Amino acid sequence: MSSSTLPLKRHITFSRAGYNRRRITNLLMLGLTGLMAALALVPLIWIIAYVILRGGSSINLAFFTQLPRPLGAAGGGVLHAIQGTLILTALAGLFAIPPGILAAIYAARHPNSPLGIAVRFATDVLSGVPSIVVGLFGYALIVKTQGHYSALAGGLALAILMLPIIVRTTEEMIKLVPHTLREGSLALGAPEWKTTLSVILPAAANGIITGLLLGLARASGETAPLLFTALGNERYDAFRIVKIGVQTGQGPLSILNALIEQPIDSLPLTLWKYAQQPYPERIDQAWGVALILMAIVLATNIGARLWVERRSARLKG
Amino acid sequence: MTLQIMNGELNLEKDGLAPMNLPTKASIDMVLADLEMKMEIRDLSVFYGEFRALAGVSLKIPSQKITAIIGPSGCGKSTLLRSLNRMNDLTSNTRTEGEVCLDEQNIYAQGVDVVDVRRRVGMVFQRPNPFPKSIYDNVAYGPRLYGVRRRSELDEIIENSLRQAALWDEVKDKLHQSGLALSGGQQQRLCIARALAVEPEAILMDEPASALDPVATLRIEELMQNLVEHYTIVIVTHNMQQAARVSDFTGMMMMRDDRAGELIEFDRTDLIFTRPKDKRTEDYVTGRFG
Repeated sequence: MSSSTLPLKRHITFSRAGYNRRRITNLLMLGLTGLMAALALVPLIWIIAYVILRGGSSINLAFFTQLPRPLGAAGGGVLHAIQGTLILTALAGLFAIPPGILAAIYAARHPNSPLGIAVRFATDVLSGVPSIVVGLFGYALIVKTQGHYSALAGGLALAILMLPIIVRTTEEMIKLVPHTLREGSLALGAPEWKTTLSVILPAAANGIITGLLLGLARASGETAPLLFTALGNERYDAFRIVKIGVQTGQGPLSILNALIEQPIDSLPLTLWKYAQQPYPERIDQAWGVALILMAIVLATNIGARLWVERRSARLKG
Repeated sequence: MTLQIMNGELNLEKDGLAPMNLPTKASIDMVLADLEMKMEIRDLSVFYGEFRALAGVSLKIPSQKITAIIGPSGCGKSTLLRSLNRMNDLTSNTRTEGEVCLDEQNIYAQGVDVVDVRRRVGMVFQRPNPFPKSIYDNVAYGPRLYGVRRRSELDEIIENSLRQAALWDEVKDKLHQSGLALSGGQQQRLCIARALAVEPEAILMDEPASALDPVATLRIEELMQNLVEHYTIVIVTHNMQQAARVSDFTGMMMMRDDRAGELIEFDRTDLIFTRPKDKRTEDYVTGRFG
């Protein structure tokens, strides 16, 4: 060994005790995180199981096909609330989706313009507004001016709640589309609108649709905004309204108007009302309503997921 | 007449340069004088906001030849290329001075239709960017933009474009599968087919093979050699062997002290790589660039 080489001094040695300590810590932490992961599943499973248990007994064909019976009479269903939820959600989607997507396109394309910044800020604030306040706003805006509660007012209140979800998710999804796709289209001479419509939106469609469904699911589960707008209507029967409309020879527009100009019920609203009543049969029906509501939301979610997966599998070939 | 070049031999006759049949000392102007020009860039400056990215570049792009632009990163190669079909317009705050003439018509003049410019001057990008659509719809996208609707007509355009891009045999049985399912090299040829489908006169290629493996790169280069019979090609590349292999003419760009890019030399490719006039070009092409 040459004298110029310094002796190598070792500071780190292998210690059996240190190794064992690390191994035990690792096992402990693995166990803890695993346990918490399992615990996170508990609420959902518990809720689903409990709702099925309590609500299952109310579920029969009549529950889906009949209107409520007067208190004291057995049977009857919540057809009015199922129709109501579908109509309210459809109205909310109609009011919120087209402007939401268009606003998102603008905000994504011009993120640093004053309007783009304002849109982002406004949607952030709007998503934090309590839903009951949105209901009050709907009351002041439509119910007060029209002089009556209506499905229209309810749909609008739900639309306001959906809007920020739609704008933000759509904007994020559009921003995720690679810049090169846009350039590829523009380099072929495509105008900006055509590029957005036939390249950018299809490329972002999976995320956008997921966002839309999240928004619709949120809207269909809301109660508070409907209290001051849709109010509730146990005698609402869309089939009858359409039938009468057709029999009296009204046009489609005026039938549509008849469907949305009166107060309407929805599943969460019915659940809320039934659950407060002192009659056991109403309480059971409230659980039944909860079960339907959950089934609808779950089915939408799963259906959307499957659809999105199939679509992206097809695109990736 | 053969010339020793880098680590390979460039056979001028085989590579189609021989017809010019000029002594190597002939000035580039004399060479160009015999050729038809597709594009002519006159004193082109491009500004991004306050920053000057190009400092008065003048360059002639001969018809049905491959012109390569080489130079170190950040020297403005891509900026120059993107100003040839006005893609720079898309970057906000861009200002262009000077002229880019396409068949004697300045594409930056008032009243020029950008859509028409981009149809006549197509572009292929660094990373393959097929649309998330089927192979068929990818190629049909351009023709449909210009109003081709008849199925038989579209079918014909698509077959021709894919054939020209040397992709037809590989995809003819799966035209309705997604373009994203293809390999990287196939995707890039799909993008070339897509550009060809709008019947351009010139094609700009921005490092078209830099994201591809050597085999796919070679196929793209072969493809360029075939395409140049009908199209004018301008290619930006970092790969000097590629420029030497495929191009007829080469422009060397450098960044000035103020970071604006300038064209320091333009000549026949064989001359750029064997007897460059500018010391900086010599340093760059021999790998001594610091």
